[in-house]
Amino acid sequence: MAAVKQHDYHLVDPSPWPIIASFSALAMALGAISWMRDASVGPYLFALGLAGILYTMYAWWSDVVDEAEHQGAHTPVVQMHHRYGVILFIASEVMFFVAWFWAYFHFSLFPDGYQAVADVTGATWPPKDIELLDPFLFPLLNTLILLLSGTTVTWAHHALLEGDRDGLKNGLWCTVILGFIFSCVQAYEYHHAAFTFSGHVYGATFFMATGFHGFHVIVGTIFLAVCLIRAYKGHFKSNHHFGFEAAAWYWHFVDVVWLFLFLSIYLWGSDFGAAVMHGAGH
Amino acid sequence: MAHASAHAHDDHAHDHPTGWRRWLLSTNHKDIGTLYLIFSIIAGIVGGAMSGLMREELMQPGMQVLTAFSSASDPAAAIDQSYHLWNVLISAHGLIMVFFMVMPAVIGGFGNWFVPIMVGAPDMAFPRMNNISFWLMPPALILLVCSMFVEGPAGQLGFGGGWTVYPPLSTAGHPGPATDYGILALHIAGASSILGAINFITTILNMRAPGMTLHKMPLFVWSVLVTAFLLLLSLPVLAGAITMLLTDRNFGTTFFDPAGGGDPILYQHLFWFFGHPEVYIMILPAFGIISHIVSTFSKKPVFGYLGMAYAMVAIGFVGFVVWAHHMYTAGLDVDTKAYFTAATMIIAVPTGVKIFSWIATMWGGSITFNTPMLWAIGFIFLFTVGGVTGVVLSNAGVDVALHDTYYVVAHFHYVLSLGAVFAIFAGWYYWIGKMSGRQYNEFLGKLHFWVMFIGVNLIFFPQHFLGLNGMPRRIPDYPDAFEYWNMVSSWGYRITIIGVAIFFVNVIYTLLAGKKAGDNPWGEGANTLEWTLSSPPPFHQFETLPKIK
Repeated sequence: MAAVKQHDYHLVDPSPWPIIASFSALAMALGAISWMRDASVGPYLFALGLAGILYTMYAWWSDVVDEAEHQGAHTPVVQMHHRYGVILFIASEVMFFVAWFWAYFHFSLFPDGYQAVADVTGATWPPKDIELLDPFLFPLLNTLILLLSGTTVTWAHHALLEGDRDGLKNGLWCTVILGFIFSCVQAYEYHHAAFTFSGHVYGATFFMATGFHGFHVIVGTIFLAVCLIRAYKGHFKSNHHFGFEAAAWYWHFVDVVWLFLFLSIYLWGSDFGAAVMHGAGH
Repeated sequence: MAHASAHAHDDHAHDHPTGWRRWLLSTNHKDIGTLYLIFSIIAGIVGGAMSGLMREELMQPGMQVLTAFSSASDPAAAIDQSYHLWNVLISAHGLIMVFFMVMPAVIGGFGNWFVPIMVGAPDMAFPRMNNISFWLMPPALILLVCSMFVEGPAGQLGFGGGWTVYPPLSTAGHPGPATDYGILALHIAGASSILGAINFITTILNMRAPGMTLHKMPLFVWSVLVTAFLLLLSLPVLAGAITMLLTDRNFGTTFFDPAGGGDPILYQHLFWFFGHPEVYIMILPAFGIISHIVSTFSKKPVFGYLGMAYAMVAIGFVGFVVWAHHMYTAGLDVDTKAYFTAATMIIAVPTGVKIFSWIATMWGGSITFNTPMLWAIGFIFLFTVGGVTGVVLSNAGVDVALHDTYYVVAHFHYVLSLGAVFAIFAGWYYWIGKMSGRQYNEFLGKLHFWVMFIGVNLIFFPQHFLGLNGMPRRIPDYPDAFEYWNMVSSWGYRITIIGVAIFFVNVIYTLLAGKKAGDNPWGEGANTLEWTLSSPPPFHQFETLPKIK
């Protein structure tokens, strides 16, 4: 017979979500492969798996919120677990972006790496015949948008610490809207880019690096939007709101990745704008 | 559940779930560890059976075994198919043994079982996330096995590009979807390991019992801590690399295609930036297990505890900056090769610290040669052989001659299938009494050890000779001159499989008829926290946290 729990750790109840999510991931993978092979079942299987994963995320994190807000399971030591967990998760995300920056610098630092590469790039970076995006138009605008959103999320945080619930909501509203505008600007710029995703390393490195960043912006925006909804529900106390802090940390991580993208791909990768062919295209 | 009273009732009901709920919905580190061990055994049988097919094929020159699996009536096409089947087998064998046998055993299995107990914690930091780490593994294995039965190269089944999945063979060379199955299997297995790594690091850094400072932590916990950091920081880079493969294959990017300015060597850098830490991911937990066993059966504390802990930290750290020693024949310039040669040799220093400290631990000890100790000593001996050939291969100049020969195959099987796997068996015999409550049969355990020790050495030692004589790896046929040592190697496999059969007999014996294991069957030498608990431990141990002096 188990003794009575004498510690502050959270012994979590059995949960159906891990196994459901795992097999949804299997369905999504099988669906993706079929879809890429143009099998008609592909998109449906993929959608089924995706739905399973999205529902699991909703249900699992709803359980977490319930445990935090209503069951009192998140004692100080458990909150410290969550801090470690989110920092480590962000560290792994940083390493994921390292792969994309590695690819970018592999090509941009050595555009004359060997003859086959030099033939395509003209042995220069930015490569010959690539019509670049002007870093001082939308990319600079987006940099300012993200930096501004970093200040508004801090506004929300300090409002929360001071018990100013309206400030919390307003700060979060601003952050979510700025995140949304960033994504819209990025979508507009993608739509009007003169180079493409396929056929050339410039497009491949550009779109995959900035595209994965864009995906993370969307995830971060959703995370902040969930915090906003929770703020309206009266969640978060001035001394207990790690869900909010995690969203803010994640948002800052997304912001910093963008600064590196802006500096290395948009600015340095265009000779600080000098390599942009003005007058051509847009 | 919103009220405290309802919650208390709920707690009681969920205190010890039974039946399918216990195993499918688990949030208990010991049950999840058991699931990992079972999964690892299943994967080991699959991967080991592939070894058997390969060794039988290599018994004699010419193609004789794999042709039986061919569906083609035309003899030339049948040979082509069996050549490709060979490539599929080596690829799947490598991936299954690395990702689905060794890692789930040492990290998922023993790590889950004993890290929380050894730090004096009631469970892992994130018990529910722990379960998704496990349950992502079966879908990943299903995808990998599926890949063997769908089209790879035109008209051939399965992915045959090796566990490293190098382009252009994995891209242009395999137009069929088999590679995509393999890539997504690795994505899912990688996600599982990253989540597991986060869980272990948090558990170790934030759930140690009062008084257990980092410098009092058992070495197995240290080993898993370093391993988890390697997983956390290296796997995302692999995820990026195989995502590039996926988009190159399916969406027209040209990361690795020179026709679009891409470079296949980029893949090799990204892969080995992950791949080299990966080999330490497999061996570091083994180091931890061996330290405990050597200490227990020598009835002495580990010699140079701090040196042992920081040697693992050093191996993990330096392990991140040696990756291109896998790429000496890829066209690196001489300065780069000089750096990677020097950096790689540095790793022999902390590794030597470990080997000599194990020996010093035994020195003057009151040694008993129980089965776990035999495996541990076997580990030290065989890992040293593999480590020494590793130093040979670290020389870029030497490696140019030995690259992709059986010498390399012998080297990494000495450190892994004779190193890591011996540590898994050592851990199994050391802890099975604790995990199941029943002790293994000592005679069968020792017989298992000796049969397998002879068997695996017969398999892999001759491969050094074959490699030095220039026999290339990843080729199913060979000139007659290589026949003798190949035959010896294949007989070694047959002996090994007898050893594995003895293991399974012992497992069945243990579970059905094994003697009840007391709290501590090993006596005064076993002084980590798991031996203070009952065998098996209570469903939730340490309801009152232990105090460490």
